[in-house]
Formats: sequence, C-alpha cells, structure tokens
Amino acid sequence: MSNRIDVKKTYKLFINGAFPRTESGRTYEVKSAKGVFIANPCLASRKDLKDAVVAARAAQHGWNKATAYNKGQILYRVAEMLEGRRAQFVDEIVLVTGVTKVKADKEVSEAVDRLVWYAGWSDKISALSGALNPVAGPYYNFTIPESMGVIAAIAPEAPSLLGLIDVIAPIIVSGNTVVVLASTKAPLSAMSFAEVIATSDVPAGVINILTGKKDEIAPWMASHMDIDGFDVTGLATKKHSAMREAGAENLKRIFSFKSHDPGRILAFMEAKTVWHPIGL
Amino acid sequence: MSFDYAPAPESRAVVSIKPKYGHFIAGKFVAGSKHFPTINPATEEVLSHIALAGKAEVDAAVKAARKAYTTTWSKMSGKERGKYLFRIARIMQERAREFAVLETLDNGKPIRESRDVDVPLAAAHFFYHAGWADKLEFAGLGTSTKPHGVAGQIIPWNFPLLMLAWKVAPALAAGNTVVLKPAESTSLTALLFAEVCQQAELPAGVVNIVTGDGTTGALIVNHPGIDKIAFTGSTEVGKIIARAVATTHKSVTLELGGKAANIIFEDAAIDEAVEGIVNGIFFNQGHVCCAGSRLILQESVAEEVLDKLKVRMAKIRVGDPMDKNTDVGAINSKEQLMKIIELAASGDDEGAQRWSAPCDLPSKGFWFAPTIFTGVTQAHRIAREEIFGPVLSVLTFRTPQEGIDKANNTPFGLSAGVWSEKGSRILWATQQLSAGVIWANTFNKFDPTSPFGGYKESGWGREGGRHGLSAYLKGVGHE
Repeated sequence: MSNRIDVKKTYKLFINGAFPRTESGRTYEVKSAKGVFIANPCLASRKDLKDAVVAARAAQHGWNKATAYNKGQILYRVAEMLEGRRAQFVDEIVLVTGVTKVKADKEVSEAVDRLVWYAGWSDKISALSGALNPVAGPYYNFTIPESMGVIAAIAPEAPSLLGLIDVIAPIIVSGNTVVVLASTKAPLSAMSFAEVIATSDVPAGVINILTGKKDEIAPWMASHMDIDGFDVTGLATKKHSAMREAGAENLKRIFSFKSHDPGRILAFMEAKTVWHPIGL
Repeated sequence: MSFDYAPAPESRAVVSIKPKYGHFIAGKFVAGSKHFPTINPATEEVLSHIALAGKAEVDAAVKAARKAYTTTWSKMSGKERGKYLFRIARIMQERAREFAVLETLDNGKPIRESRDVDVPLAAAHFFYHAGWADKLEFAGLGTSTKPHGVAGQIIPWNFPLLMLAWKVAPALAAGNTVVLKPAESTSLTALLFAEVCQQAELPAGVVNIVTGDGTTGALIVNHPGIDKIAFTGSTEVGKIIARAVATTHKSVTLELGGKAANIIFEDAAIDEAVEGIVNGIFFNQGHVCCAGSRLILQESVAEEVLDKLKVRMAKIRVGDPMDKNTDVGAINSKEQLMKIIELAASGDDEGAQRWSAPCDLPSKGFWFAPTIFTGVTQAHRIAREEIFGPVLSVLTFRTPQEGIDKANNTPFGLSAGVWSEKGSRILWATQQLSAGVIWANTFNKFDPTSPFGGYKESGWGREGGRHGLSAYLKGVGHE
C-alpha cells in the first residue's frame, strides 16, 4: 500500500480553447456508481453559454474556410489522441457509470472509430448531396451543401463519451462550430475529451463544452438568437416541443437523431444554389 | 417624330369567369357558405366572389385527402402516379393562354410575365416531378421513400399558379395528398387548376382546394389530420406557423421573406448589370421574395451605374397588365400598396433620397412607380425590412469584403446577386454570401431542377430539384 496522496483533477468548462471555471461560481457533485465523491464539475450558467456562443461564432468563419482535407485530418487527429489516452477514458467511464471494464473499453473503441468515420465524410458529403442542375436555359447551375453556422447540442446522458462524439462530430465535420452540454451525471469523460481536443489542432472555439443541467441550459440554447441550429438528441422527447417553440423566433433548425448517418451531417448544412450564364 | 408603342392588349375572351366559386373537395366543386369579392387590381373591377372556408370545409377537405391517401394514392405505384402528373403538365400547357390571362386579371402582373414565366414554369414543375414519382429510392442521402401523408399547403399571391405548382407537384410525386389554400386575393388560377385535375381524371381527394383568408390558413396549420405543412409567405407568419406546429408531429417547410443584396463590383459589365438590377427589383412589381431589393454598389462605379439605371428606369412601361408591351403592372392589393407607401415614406423620413421613374399611372387600380432610394444606410428600415414592391435601396462599399459584410447584414438569407467579369471574384463572392440562391451575372432565374430556398430567417427547406423533393418524403436520419 502506497502512502502517496494522488493529485486530483479540477473539472472546468472548455470555451474558446481554454479551460475557464464557470462565471457563476457554481458546481455540483458527481459521485461514483458506488456513491463515492469524485469531483465538483462546473454548473454552467446562461452567461457561460453566451461566452461559448461568442467563441463559436468567432471561430466559424475560419473553420468553415479550412479545406475539407484539413478538417478531415483534424478530426482524424482527434481520434489519434483519444486512442492514445483510452485507458484514462475507460477508467473514468467505469468509475462514474459502474459498467464493466469490457463494456467501457468497447465504448471508447466505438468512440474512436466513430471519429474516424466522420473524419472521412468531410470531403465526400458534397459529392453525394450536391448537384449539377440541368436547367432549361444557357446557365451553369449547381447546388452545394454548406455549413450552417453555430450549432448547439445536448449530449445524451449515456453513453457519455460515445454520445458526446455522436453529436459533436457530424456538426463540426461540415464547418460548423458547436456548443455542447455534456452528460450531467457522467461529465468526466466529456471534460477529459476537451483535453484531447485541446491537443488535436482543433482551432479554439470550434468545439466548446459545458457541464451542468439540461433543464437550465437547453431553453437558453433554444432561444439564443445567434445559434443557427440545435441538436436536442440528449433531451427527453417530451421536452422537444418546448425547444421548437422557443427556437421559432429565429427559425432555428432543431433536430434529434436516433442513429449515425450522413443525414445527420446534412441536417445542419444549407443547400446553396448558384446560377451563372453560359456564353461567349 | 416619335416612336410610341401602339396598344397591344391581350384578349380576355379566352377565359370565362364564374360570378361565384366554391371549394374543390373530393374531386367535386362544392358550394361555399360565405363569399368575398376578388378584384382586378389594375381596374378595381370585381371579377368574382370567392368562398371563405371555415372549419366544416377544411375538415371535409382533410377527410377527403386522408381517404384518398389511404385508399388510392399511397397504394398506387409510382409509375402510375407519375402518369397523372404528366397529364396535368400537358393539360396546363394546352390551356396555358387561359391560365396566363386569368393570372394577369386576378393578380395584376404583366401578361408578358404570366405568359412567358409563371405558366410555362408551372407546367415544367409538374413535368419534372412526374418523372420522380417512380424513382424515389434514388432520391438520395437522408431521404426515405415514404411520404408524410396529407400535406396542408398555403401559398402567396405573388405567383399564384407557380407557387401552387411548386407545392402540389412534389407533394403528389412523393405520394402525399394535399389540401391547398391559395391566397385570398388570387384564387382564380387555383380553381382553374382544379378543373385540370378533373380533366386529368386525378383520383378524387388527391388534390383539394379550399379558398379563404388567414383564418382558413390557420385552420389548416392547426388541423390534427394533417401531417405536413408547406407555407410560402412572410417571415412573420412563418414564425407563427413554426410555433403552432412545434407541439405537433407535423413536418414543416417554410419559404419566407428576403432582402436580397445585388452586389455590383467595379469590374462588372455595367450595361448588363443595369439590366440585372432592373430585372432583380422590378420583375413582378417587386412582389418577389427573392427580389434584389438592396443594390450594393462599389463606390468607384456607383455614379455611372445610377446614371444608367435612371435612364433605363425611365423607359420602363408601367400600366395595363393586359398590354403585351407592359413591363410593370399593378400592385396586387390596396393593402400591399399602403405598405409600400408607408415603407417608402420611412425612407424619406430617415434621410434617404427618393427618385421615381417618370411615368403616368392609371387613375384606377393600385400603382406604384418604380423607385430608388440613394444614401441608404444599413440601419434604415428600407434596408432591413422587406418592402415587396418596386422600391430599390442603394448602398455603397469600397472593399469587396465590405460589400459582402453589408450584403450579409440581414436576418434573411434567401437570395443574392453578384456582378463581376472576374471568375475568381464571382466564385469568392458566391462562397461568402449567406443565401440559398445566388445569381451571378444574372438574376431572378428559376427552374424545377434548381433548388430554391433560404438560409437563416428566410425559411426551412428547399423547393425544386432533389433537395425540394426530399421535403415531401420522411427523413431517415432524424425524427
């Protein structure tokens, strides 16, 4: 038995590439599956959300401008970093949720593989969903999918890591930036994932992660006028209609998803059609 | 010696307008209970009386649409469904002149436009979508082959028949049945379309048309028997609809307002750009959601463009919509005219300078001379609000980035125009603009194969092309 006292981590938010504490000064307690205290993560406030949206908006133009090849490589880099730190994630998932190590290991593997899968979509989605439109006249006319802007998301409670990646990856792969609220009960892997992002060449502000309560943050996400889309996958279905009502003020695009597929990427993209005359 | 145009009136003998109309429900015309007049906005002549649908009529229409969906339309193969759409397209072509004359009488738009744009494009939409009906499994990513069921469709008065085609053709191709409500002031071509459905022997209840005002529209939006709402109209009403359906299972597409920028770079072909500016804002009296209503000029060419624009505008022929030489017809209603007058007055009040084309306006009917405002700032109401009339707000910029920033400084994102002879600049600008449709060195072009619809507060979804079709099929990737 060692007498060494281990160094515990302070779990903070992830906004604009930095790890600030919540401006509200509030925290909440996260316990292990066995009821033992683990950490006091931040209880994010409306102001934290606003700060995160400002960062996400500022980052969006640059991220959107990055080439598809570059975005794909950065997402792949996130997968590399996650793979390298998988033991930490397995431990955190086991500790917080009480699942077996085998099950936690499987979740981390799937999370890594999912990132790789979405990384590959960056330079393929427009070939599959774009179009050259044969209009009845001397015009060159094409439609391409474009990123939508700043997207908010509520990650599902479980699986806390895979669920988080399933909301983040399809949103950012097209050039959107995201503000995501992590699993309330199991926020540890989300905040450790922020450390992965911070070392993966993801530009500051592209991914912003908050921890806290869904019922407190989700309505502010729905009504925020500088958020273009909202993934409510992690929110109970019965609460979706209130989100859609609040989101109507800026006609926010609000969706929830049951699977991972390219439709999930396209849901937060806009089709742009361009006409140009053909002639001498 | 002067070269004046001789009058060239289109004959109205080709149409016969009944004194009173009912609704088209389950394949039959049924009498309405209450009626309101519909007028020719160019003469204020009462053309007919249109029925106002209440709850009973909307219920009957939804019931007919549901019955047709479950018993006939959803069971029919796509191949056969498509043939009905082809029939409709052909009959519309056969009766094109009738549709064009009726549209112009009821709407006030020049016969040249209803004849050459609205009606042929409407037929083309049916022809295009007819071919989709048996190919839904190839409609692409994120789309299933399953229709929603009964679609409730509410359309505006600016392109009455064309908007009907944009709504009805994809809905039927995908296998939905519809309850459609034309705009209060322009119901006549929709009722003529009902006759086309009869001639095409379309199964009863697949298309139902109820006429009325906003109260009828609200009955459709809130009807529990409807699975999908498609609306074209103002952003204000679009938001009301978005809220109303938020608590339901209904799928929604919205095609809403715009305040499109038309950006002229200094290296544009100026004469062509001037034509594009005129087409962008004065086409259809400016009653166009995607109208190029903000002219954004590079400072170095601003004076030249404005001088040429005024010369060109002085030659616009405003007047009798039935005259084949008319360029700009009547404002669709008194209410719309009042709105245009009020917004233009705000331009004067806020310090912009008004210039209107010299033209003689008829004494009867609703008219507004083609007008431009210079010295407009981004904060002015005429730079922010949709006027939906022949009024152009002119702003200027120095650097290309400033031009883009001004163009994007709006909650709307429906369309935009870019004029430059430099290919790389055109592609750069089209990339930077937040809008769903971008016309480069052209403006106001439409085609059934080309998706149309907006970013931001200009709406949800697209109409036309594969993207538009998918709005009438259930998504597979999300709820």
